[in-house]
Amino acid sequence: MSEILLQIDGREVEAKEGMTILEAARSAGIFIPTLCHHEKLDPYGACRICVVEADAGGKTSLVASCLYPVEKNLVVRTRSEKVDKTRKMILELLLAHAPDAPALQDLAKEYGADKDRFAKESLFCILCGLCVRYCTEVKKKNAIGFFDRGARREISFIPEIASKECWNCKECFPLCPTSYLQAAYHLTEALAFPRHSIKCATGK
Amino acid sequence: MPRINSPAELEEFRKDIISKRDPKRPCIAVCTGTGCLALGAAKVVAAFKEELKKQGLQRKVDIRETGCPGFCERGPLIVIHPEEICYLRVQPGDAEEIVSQTILAKKIIDRLLYVDPITGEKIVRESEIPFYKNQMRHLIGNNIKIDPKSIDDYLAVGGYSALAKALGQETPEQVVEMVKDSNLRGRGGAGFPAGKKWEFARKSPGNPKYVVVNADEGDPGAFMDRAVLEGNPFSVLEGLTIGAYAIGSHEGYFYVRQEYPLAVENVTLAIKQAEEYGFLGKNILGSGFDFTVKVHRGAGAFVCGEETSLLRSLEGKPGEPRARPPYPAVKGLWEKPTNINNVETWANVPLIVTNGPEFLTSIGTKGSKGTKIFSLVGKVNNTGLVEVPMGITLRDIIYKVGGGIPGGKKFKAVQTGGPSGGCIPEEHLDIKVDFDELKKVGAIMGSGGMIVMDEDTCMVDVARYFLNFLTGESCGKCSPCREGIRQMLKILTKISEGKGKEGDIELLEEIAEATRDASLCALGGTAPNPVLNTIRYFRDEYEAHIKEKRCPAYVCKDLISYHIDPDKCQACMICLRKCPAQAISGGKKQIHVIDQEKCTKCGTCFEVCPARFDAVRRLSGVPVPPPIPEEARMIVRESKQK
Repeated sequence: MSEILLQIDGREVEAKEGMTILEAARSAGIFIPTLCHHEKLDPYGACRICVVEADAGGKTSLVASCLYPVEKNLVVRTRSEKVDKTRKMILELLLAHAPDAPALQDLAKEYGADKDRFAKESLFCILCGLCVRYCTEVKKKNAIGFFDRGARREISFIPEIASKECWNCKECFPLCPTSYLQAAYHLTEALAFPRHSIKCATGK
Repeated sequence: MPRINSPAELEEFRKDIISKRDPKRPCIAVCTGTGCLALGAAKVVAAFKEELKKQGLQRKVDIRETGCPGFCERGPLIVIHPEEICYLRVQPGDAEEIVSQTILAKKIIDRLLYVDPITGEKIVRESEIPFYKNQMRHLIGNNIKIDPKSIDDYLAVGGYSALAKALGQETPEQVVEMVKDSNLRGRGGAGFPAGKKWEFARKSPGNPKYVVVNADEGDPGAFMDRAVLEGNPFSVLEGLTIGAYAIGSHEGYFYVRQEYPLAVENVTLAIKQAEEYGFLGKNILGSGFDFTVKVHRGAGAFVCGEETSLLRSLEGKPGEPRARPPYPAVKGLWEKPTNINNVETWANVPLIVTNGPEFLTSIGTKGSKGTKIFSLVGKVNNTGLVEVPMGITLRDIIYKVGGGIPGGKKFKAVQTGGPSGGCIPEEHLDIKVDFDELKKVGAIMGSGGMIVMDEDTCMVDVARYFLNFLTGESCGKCSPCREGIRQMLKILTKISEGKGKEGDIELLEEIAEATRDASLCALGGTAPNPVLNTIRYFRDEYEAHIKEKRCPAYVCKDLISYHIDPDKCQACMICLRKCPAQAISGGKKQIHVIDQEKCTKCGTCFEVCPARFDAVRRLSGVPVPPPIPEEARMIVRESKQK
């Protein structure tokens, strides 16, 4: 693996070929916020909070740092007017779903995002896909998946698999940046193994 | 079935086919493309067959069921060869007269001809009809000459000579150079140079390599690729085979929408026939080159027209895009180097190889060469499929080819590039149609959808329509696209309902910018175009909706009312009877009044009120006058008073 020299926020950063901008930045102690990124999972590039400004091939554009591979002489800005403005808008769009999520609130403070910019949406989930991908890639169980597309996209447990696999696992719970995952699980729980739910509710 | 083993054998075989065909023998070509089929072309074909049988002419006159020549507006269409007589709106009942008069007695039937709306002149030959005369039909011109289910027909018009030339006389590198020299740019929308793409895929390390036809045409109102695949699938297949040879691929795919059953059928059959003739399979034309092709049916997701989504879908995974780089030329189908081009791009390849790159470079503008197929739809007289040289003006397409706006209405805008495109107003109608010029005015070439809009179109409603389409067609993976479109649609809906607020336009622009800049794929990257573009050119309409609660085009139902002018109403009862909501009260000699509570604003009363009375008014942004008192509603006619 050859070394690649690039510039992030005015600093020379050394990276290995095949690394992403995010990995290179983190290795140099430069912070880039993320929501859908997890070290154990393949980069996904869905939340777009990690966008940075990159000058490559004679043009400047916003790229997702979690996916964009480092290139020689790449010039990256992790904070700029454009980056901040874009992150603020993405946060405001997501806060319409999960106004109380701590991860979003912290970022909202940093970028001046208004959690009430858009009316509250019914779905709490921000579709970061951490639970779905963790279950697929790490646990290899596929007990939870995405359904439908566009504005109707949702996550859902698959009762047939969940009833066998989830009760003793629940490793995805702490990954969720909102409280939606547990809610979805409890719904499935009630459907898939009512015995357990009754036991919990009555304390027996 | 013969298997053709060399370019020389192909030419022998072609000669044989042509020699068996008498060019003077009458042939009735009936368009059986999807448009004409919907208008009853199958019954027309049956009627002709029946008629020829009745008159004992089956062996003397041919019937050919062809693909779409483009003039869908006037279907079912027939063209009688060799005279090239074009009849429009042919019904099964016309078959007898056409056979006895035109075929036997060589007489033209006037009433089935095209009539020039300006001069009133009747036009006999297909190529002289203004709709066709102003086109340059290199790709769809053969549609009316061949039966898409017959490879012999394709060979008779010179088919597969390009493949024979490529395999017999050119190295793969030379073919790539030829396509590079032709400056062919991808016809799927982005306009990336095809030759460059081929070169990347050719040079990219990895084996096997794949070639793919993107036939996942999903823009509302677009049917260019559909017509090419239905009408001349061999041209695309030949182009694909040449591309595979050039890139070094031995396996290809057609990704066709499931909703195009005739295209799927014709492509599948074309592959089968090409295999039998030895244009696919092992050792094609004795060259040692092997190539096989499979058809994959898409399940109808707009986003699968985006190349990375298409490739994932082809792998059997959900059709969601992934970030580029790496580009498909490096990591495509099953992580292998893949070259993916649109239907029309592939169809251009045989023309380039046969006639040389100059064939393309001699047509068009500096940056865009060759022809482009558009589906011309909306408020235009001649709707249909048109192929025009790059560099033609929008005005020429709409007025010379399209025949202008129907009903004496005023032109308002033309929308190009599908849901990701933009609306171009009158002031820019003289720009040249080319990839870069369209971009400059905020639209895109796209894959070739072209929707003409007249003065009765509300631009806020147009933006809302496209965003509504996209909100269901975004894959939903990345947040700026999914959430940005959702919120923009909400704002647009509110504006069209009269609930728009000061600052909404600026908010739309702010969301649009984030969605455009931060989305994962081109769907999100271009989704704000309909919004940004209508704001750019029609900001006053947005402001009228927001500030005055007025829809200038009288489209947004929450902002309009219908009112009958009591001074003009003649109590003719027409609107009263036609009102589907029974919202109009009145009677003979009683002035009619619309009950605003019951009115559904369908506009029927406005349309049916006789022009000489002109009593129904459309109102927007002003209060509806109170109904006239019951006692004043009686109409007393002076003549009858005495």
